[in-house]
Amino acid sequence: MSIFGEIIVSVLLLAAGFFGLVGSFGLVKLDQPMTRLHAPTKATTLGVGSVLIASMLYFLFFAEGITFHELMITLFLFLTAPVVAHFIAKAHLHRNWKPGDLPAPGGAKSWSVYDQADEAPADNPARDPARPGE
Amino acid sequence: MLRKVLPHPWLTLVVAVVWVMLVNVITLNAIVFGLILGIIIPLVTAAYWPERPTLRNPMMIIEYMLVVLLDIIRANIQVSLVILGKRNADLQPGWVTVPLELRSPEAITVLAGTITMTPGTVSSDLSEDGHALLVHCLDAPDPEAVVAQIKERYERRLKEIFE
Repeated sequence: MSIFGEIIVSVLLLAAGFFGLVGSFGLVKLDQPMTRLHAPTKATTLGVGSVLIASMLYFLFFAEGITFHELMITLFLFLTAPVVAHFIAKAHLHRNWKPGDLPAPGGAKSWSVYDQADEAPADNPARDPARPGE
Repeated sequence: MLRKVLPHPWLTLVVAVVWVMLVNVITLNAIVFGLILGIIIPLVTAAYWPERPTLRNPMMIIEYMLVVLLDIIRANIQVSLVILGKRNADLQPGWVTVPLELRSPEAITVLAGTITMTPGTVSSDLSEDGHALLVHCLDAPDPEAVVAQIKERYERRLKEIFE
């Protein structure tokens, strides 16, 4: 049982290291802000998830028994990661994109980032229409 | 009256369970304090969440979670392969619009979060009237297929759960 448990925990830790590394490498390698956002929201989830499962199994096999903290970390991670990604994307859209460069939402209204665009000051120095993807 | 004291009974239960799990021991002390938090927190935040979401089919939640967990694992492997195996010039990133049939804000929130956690997609914005999601794809040679997959796998199930 103990050698079996050790193998499972080790495999999970190796997988976690691999996915964490790939996620971080993706941040460096991908060349547009929007594609770069994909690396930390996905690859890192499984990286952190594997560490947490390994930790749960370790405490189950070799220490005091079942712990819930890892489940809680997973829960909070799954709640916060999409929200943060959404806000980063929104801020990026607001500063660097124009509604005309995006597909239309289909209804009468525009995307919510641009809803009050005509009331906002027009001379936003951060917005550079010549380079929408940067 | 009960509605005033407990604006979100499910939130009360979730907060209590989360508290017990954070404390990591199941004692009367932890349960009572968890319930106290579970009553105070929904009361304080009730102004920001005025309507109670309706759950039509709670058993579907388990199926939904399993589908999403599997997709997260697939998403991670897929994104890792794209990062390691494709040159940046070969990637075809792009925007797609996902028209929404869902109307309940809770369901749309869950859908947007799921889209971000699953294969090669990040939900980036919601239209002002709440009838469409703007989704960015990491590598989408076929945008129609992405929209169809989101609607079939996630939106259909969420519609059964919430509406």
